[in-house]
Amino acid sequence: MTAKVVTITSGKGGVGKTTATANIAAALADEGHKVVCIDSDIGLRNLDVVLGLENRIVYDLVDVIEGRCRMRQAMIRDKRLPELFLIPAAQTRDKTAVSPSDMVHLCNELRSYMDWILIDSPAGIERGFRNAIAPADVILVVTNPEVSAVRDADRIIGLIEAEEKGPARLVINRIKPAMVHREDMLSPEDVIELLAVELIGVIPEDEQVILSTNRGLPIALDGKSKAGMAFRNIARRLCGEEVPFLNLNDQGGFFGRLTRMIRSGGN
Amino acid sequence: MTGFMDRLLGREKKSARQAKDRLKLVLIHDRVDINPGTLERLKDELIEVISRHIEIDPYAVSIEMRQDGHHHRLVADIPIKPAKRRRTR
Repeated sequence: MTAKVVTITSGKGGVGKTTATANIAAALADEGHKVVCIDSDIGLRNLDVVLGLENRIVYDLVDVIEGRCRMRQAMIRDKRLPELFLIPAAQTRDKTAVSPSDMVHLCNELRSYMDWILIDSPAGIERGFRNAIAPADVILVVTNPEVSAVRDADRIIGLIEAEEKGPARLVINRIKPAMVHREDMLSPEDVIELLAVELIGVIPEDEQVILSTNRGLPIALDGKSKAGMAFRNIARRLCGEEVPFLNLNDQGGFFGRLTRMIRSGGN
Repeated sequence: MTGFMDRLLGREKKSARQAKDRLKLVLIHDRVDINPGTLERLKDELIEVISRHIEIDPYAVSIEMRQDGHHHRLVADIPIKPAKRRRTR
């Protein structure tokens, strides 16, 4: 088998890269794929806690690159999904410990026995970002529907194109359908139009994401959560499936129905 | 209270619309790496050069970056002052 390398990046920090990586990885593994996710945010590792694997770290990415351990020793197997692995970032080193070509070699070794390699990129446009995109076959850019995140996403998309790694595909995270509905939040359509990229997923804001992160259990495995469903859909789209986008405009409740009545009456 | 009345009467631009309009401009400038200030300077220089040959209205000149799809263009709108002398002859 030859794995596909998917890098998840964003430009701006805090938009949900790590959450997206953990959940897309979990969703792919849940479908029976062999998945390894690599935390390339050296010095600021977090994918381990989001996946709930922080207590099992012995070796990290830099240990593999510097030859202190074999690849298999640094791959932590997930608690529930036997086909999901994590290679954690080094916490006490800095980004210069890894080079883009190190990442390419590492991924080439992993490609032979995995289906998917997901790389969680650090925020920013510096060395860490270049390391993360060097081995990528596909790059997902995560953004939020707000001005600073969209602006930074545009910068990143430009850099990805300049590196001939494009076209990037967009994940819009933390959409609040009610706010979009009353035109107080950029809609997914607005964001796509501004950034001129192809969409791969829209994740609704969901409190359950925080709960699941608290517990270290990816929300993609929660069948009831809309955010979880949205992440699973991204995984299926990565596999080439045509999956319609979730209808987030379902305005439940009395006020939702009322606004719709008033609006349709007005038109 | 005015804000509230404006909103009630639908006069105020919705905040999403504002975000989109602002982003459109910011992204165009980011992409071509030209600051709004540079554009202003360019405008002044253009006015100066064109005025040497043609009588224009310097206050009505507009110059802006526009985007269609992946292409960016610099669009200048330079109104020419009517040539009065010719008409009177």
